[in-house]
Amino acid sequence: MSQRSEQMRGNAIAIVLLLAGGIIMVAPFVWMLSTSLKVPADQYSRTLIPPILTLDNYREIWSLIPLQTMLWNSLKIAAIATAGQLLTCSMAAFVFAVARFRGRDILFFLLLLTLMVPSQITTIPQFILFKWLGLYGTQVPMYLPSFLGGAFGTFLLRQYFKTIPIELAEAARIDGASLITIYWNIYLPLAKPALAAFGVFAFMFSWNDLFTALIYLPSDPETTTLPVGLALFQQQYGGKWTLMMAAVLISVAPIIVAFLIAQKQFIQGISMSGLK
Amino acid sequence: MTGSLRPLRGERVGVLLLLAPTLIGLAIGVFGSVLATFVLSFFDWDLLSPISFAGVSNYANLPQDRMFSSALVNTTLFSLLYVPLTLGIGFAVACLMNRHIRGISLLRALFFLPVVSSPAAVGLLWSWIFAQDQGLLNSAITALGGDPVSWLGPKVILYSVVSVNVWGAIGEAMIVFLAGLQAIPRELYEAAKVDGAKPWQRLVHVTLPSMVPSLFFQGVLSTIHAFQAFDYIYMLTRLSNGNSTFPTLVFSLYRTGFRFFRMGDAAAQAVVLTGIIAVFTLVYFRIQKKLGAEA
Repeated sequence: MSQRSEQMRGNAIAIVLLLAGGIIMVAPFVWMLSTSLKVPADQYSRTLIPPILTLDNYREIWSLIPLQTMLWNSLKIAAIATAGQLLTCSMAAFVFAVARFRGRDILFFLLLLTLMVPSQITTIPQFILFKWLGLYGTQVPMYLPSFLGGAFGTFLLRQYFKTIPIELAEAARIDGASLITIYWNIYLPLAKPALAAFGVFAFMFSWNDLFTALIYLPSDPETTTLPVGLALFQQQYGGKWTLMMAAVLISVAPIIVAFLIAQKQFIQGISMSGLK
Repeated sequence: MTGSLRPLRGERVGVLLLLAPTLIGLAIGVFGSVLATFVLSFFDWDLLSPISFAGVSNYANLPQDRMFSSALVNTTLFSLLYVPLTLGIGFAVACLMNRHIRGISLLRALFFLPVVSSPAAVGLLWSWIFAQDQGLLNSAITALGGDPVSWLGPKVILYSVVSVNVWGAIGEAMIVFLAGLQAIPRELYEAAKVDGAKPWQRLVHVTLPSMVPSLFFQGVLSTIHAFQAFDYIYMLTRLSNGNSTFPTLVFSLYRTGFRFFRMGDAAAQAVVLTGIIAVFTLVYFRIQKKLGAEA
């Protein structure tokens, strides 16, 4: 009985502390939403509930900046990058999980080692290469590297492929299926949950990527993505907070919705690899 | 090696096809690029005039580069605060979360919200929170009768920038620690209780030793993230002329390489940055190995 009450007290303290922390975490988002629903004259009012509730900011922002174009650019680039990552990472993951050949483990180790290589040391030659190819200022450098696999996705998907009984592959092979058929017709359909989880990650990386867009698409609102667009917006319209918060909300909402839907897979992905 | 297939003779091609993107990525995207950056750091090149050999001058000139040297100081101070704070708060939150309480997954989601949100977008919001005039924090302070603080001014900026980055990273550390905590066998706690161990004794003698691998893993990651800090820095400290009031190493590299197109200097900065990260990673692994040997 005393142990029970001790536990209850512990739970109560934990909840109070976590609620306090949770409020700090979420307060900026709540303020963002609240401000985006205020009229400009009320932007500095300290009330959480807007004195005059309005959706005008969400209407005006589209004509003030090419938000629609940038939203579309971000969506297009993130979708292509995600497709590339899903395809090429799963291809490699399948080989590492299923096939046996000399040098496989060394190759896998080398791949994992690249997780420790900061991206900054590879950016400069890639920039020079893309510039030489005449692709500077286009969206190609934003998604092309996603078609060259990656340690994070390959590791995540390999872990999942390993849980699929090898007998399935062996049986298919006796029936004359090739490795590529086994990958495409058996492993990919069975790995849908893992693919979905990694897909959300890949989409998020691309959607939130400020650095790459700053390098390749630094200033043209017609081609650039939302993060750069918001930075440009910050310079041009500093002070118009009700409009800015509407733009900010529009750009974080898709990922937050995706996260809330796929929360379980998302958190499993992080804890499995511990990598953003 | 059980549980895997040896490719038949005709299937070698299939294996190669499936691996081709990864192999190209490793060869060109990673190892080739690292090598190219290293070589480039010994040359001067602005992408327009012909490339010329510069010896070690790009490295020798780094200490005189004012943006780089202030970036080195800033990033070091930033890391010294960011890493322990992220680990400490993340660990505390994970310990509190590691309970069977209904609805706790909702709280977990709140802590994770900043991790998934675009730093450019959220950074824009933080720039308003910290603004000198009419900023949210200052308007709250003046309403309470206090004096406004220059949150992004030279005295306080380090702490403001660290706070935002820690705020954005706690969720990730929490998830890693939570996974570690859930892997600790319950029997260890039961045995400790039978021996009469108080809660804090259980924390020191059961939880902490079991969490050493998670703590080191997250320590390495947080250190890497600290030395790569850029997004919030860009949104919070950028001036209208493009410079920063608090440049970090990656900010300096970005300006040098991709705004001023001094490719050799930028490459040297990238090599130094990678070297620093490599040294820290090795030190972490060394300490962990030593701790593991003693335990």
